[in-house]
Amino acid sequence: MTGFRTLLYKELLRFWKVATQTLTAPIVTAMLYLLIFGHVLEAHVQVFPGVSYTAFLVPGLVMMSVLQNAFANSSSSLIQSKITGNLVFILLTPLSHWEMFSAYVLAAMIRGFMVGLGVMLITLWFAKLSFVSPLWIIVFALLGAAILGTMGLIAGIWAEKFDQLAAFQNFLIVPATFLAGVFYSVHSLPPFWLAVSHANPFFYMIDGFRYGFFGHSDVAPLTSLTIVLVFFVVLSFIAVTLLKRGYKLRH
Amino acid sequence: MTAAIRIDQVKKRFGALQALDGVSLDIASGEFFGLLGPNGAGKTTLISIIAGLARADHGRVSILGHDVVNDFRAARRAIGVVPQELVFDPFFTVRETLRMQSGYFGISGNDAWIDEILHELGLTAKADTNMRALSGGMKRRVLVAQALVHKPPVIMLDEPTAGVDVELRQTLWRFIGRLNREGHTVVLTTHYLEEAQALCSRIAMLKAGTVVALDSTAALLKRISGSQLVVRLAAGSLPASLHNLLSHPETQPDASTGARQYALRVTHHDEVEQILAQIRQAGLVIEDLQLHEADLEDVFIQIMGGEQ
Repeated sequence: MTGFRTLLYKELLRFWKVATQTLTAPIVTAMLYLLIFGHVLEAHVQVFPGVSYTAFLVPGLVMMSVLQNAFANSSSSLIQSKITGNLVFILLTPLSHWEMFSAYVLAAMIRGFMVGLGVMLITLWFAKLSFVSPLWIIVFALLGAAILGTMGLIAGIWAEKFDQLAAFQNFLIVPATFLAGVFYSVHSLPPFWLAVSHANPFFYMIDGFRYGFFGHSDVAPLTSLTIVLVFFVVLSFIAVTLLKRGYKLRH
Repeated sequence: MTAAIRIDQVKKRFGALQALDGVSLDIASGEFFGLLGPNGAGKTTLISIIAGLARADHGRVSILGHDVVNDFRAARRAIGVVPQELVFDPFFTVRETLRMQSGYFGISGNDAWIDEILHELGLTAKADTNMRALSGGMKRRVLVAQALVHKPPVIMLDEPTAGVDVELRQTLWRFIGRLNREGHTVVLTTHYLEEAQALCSRIAMLKAGTVVALDSTAALLKRISGSQLVVRLAAGSLPASLHNLLSHPETQPDASTGARQYALRVTHHDEVEQILAQIRQAGLVIEDLQLHEADLEDVFIQIMGGEQ
């Protein structure tokens, strides 16, 4: 257990030491989204009956922050260690693939939660939120963060340079989160894009998460939970297998 | 007795390059072992396989009886590796780095030993300095310290003295020597052959992925019989009776003075007397005279050259 705890601690300390960049900046970005989109669209859009657009937006922004920061944490930590070469200090130790997986993913989740919580606390000033079923909120936040932490781990293992990681982030993670219904209900989309949205696992994370706040969602929360759980299991299997085989880590 | 490191028929290929081609070696517990060879001979690949940083295509490696693949946790606990590249984690101080490295090995509360390592390697004053702020030599010391946090029975150093100053070399060898006397097995790769000659009791030479020599340092030195006598004659040339002792062809005379230099093989020191007598009898004047003891570098050149 000490090995896992140490790696977790190191991963936490790593982002904590550069908190301006890893915590404050994403919170400010999310606030800007809320201020701008909330201001422009508040009077024009109502997604759920009785829920203001700004209130609708908050859970989406919180989840988006959780997801993007969870991904950023594990992926950037790994690629930095790989490129600077100091990953060797971890590879030389008796840490098992399970310990490495759990430590990287848990640290990513914690960073995601810290940013998400920060966004939520600040946005409480701007929007009146309800918390219909907190358990769903917690379950989807946990799973969403775990999934993106795992994706970050896979991306960090796969990428050989920052450029490749940036491609992964900008062409996969960011579009997938933006198109997952952060700013809108997917039911407002034309049929084709509605179908495309349903193929996006990120949609179920955000939809389920939002259900916890309003008791409204595009898809039944249990369906979302099942899909998200399966997605997590598959990704974890891939990540643990890569670590076990030493793919691109041990030559 | 279980070997500290057992390497059995290890092969490793990178694309078209056969980096290791069936290497077998046993390193006994308590040895100070040298792994020598020119660049690209496969030393670092072999070290990477022993350390678990690379995987062999064929063959097995075990550390104190623990297979480095199937029983990797026990194997990695038994070995401390100082990597060749000067790598560090810029987020942390020296002490944080060493505490974390201990933690990865499952050790908490390791401060007494960390303090001792810091002291022995002359790092005490830098304990709370961020890694980024250290000079290259200091970073190298931390690299050594990181390999020792878990008191590994086997210590493997991959060119630890490349580009470091005399003071660090002395500090390092004093500490590593002490650990070796206390029973730790030490495996060293270096391009400084005088270092290997002075420290290692046994040496393996690697060339193009195969072991071309494996013997005690003393036995390797005996392979070059005797020494070399270098004489500089003010004028004239070496008597024909001595030509069979020449280790290099006759050199051209010095353009300004006309002096010639000859290098002669000498098996026993009493031969020197006979050579000098023959030169005197020929009426030649010796301007300068030097006797070179054969060293590991001569052996290395002979072995590496001889196999070409």
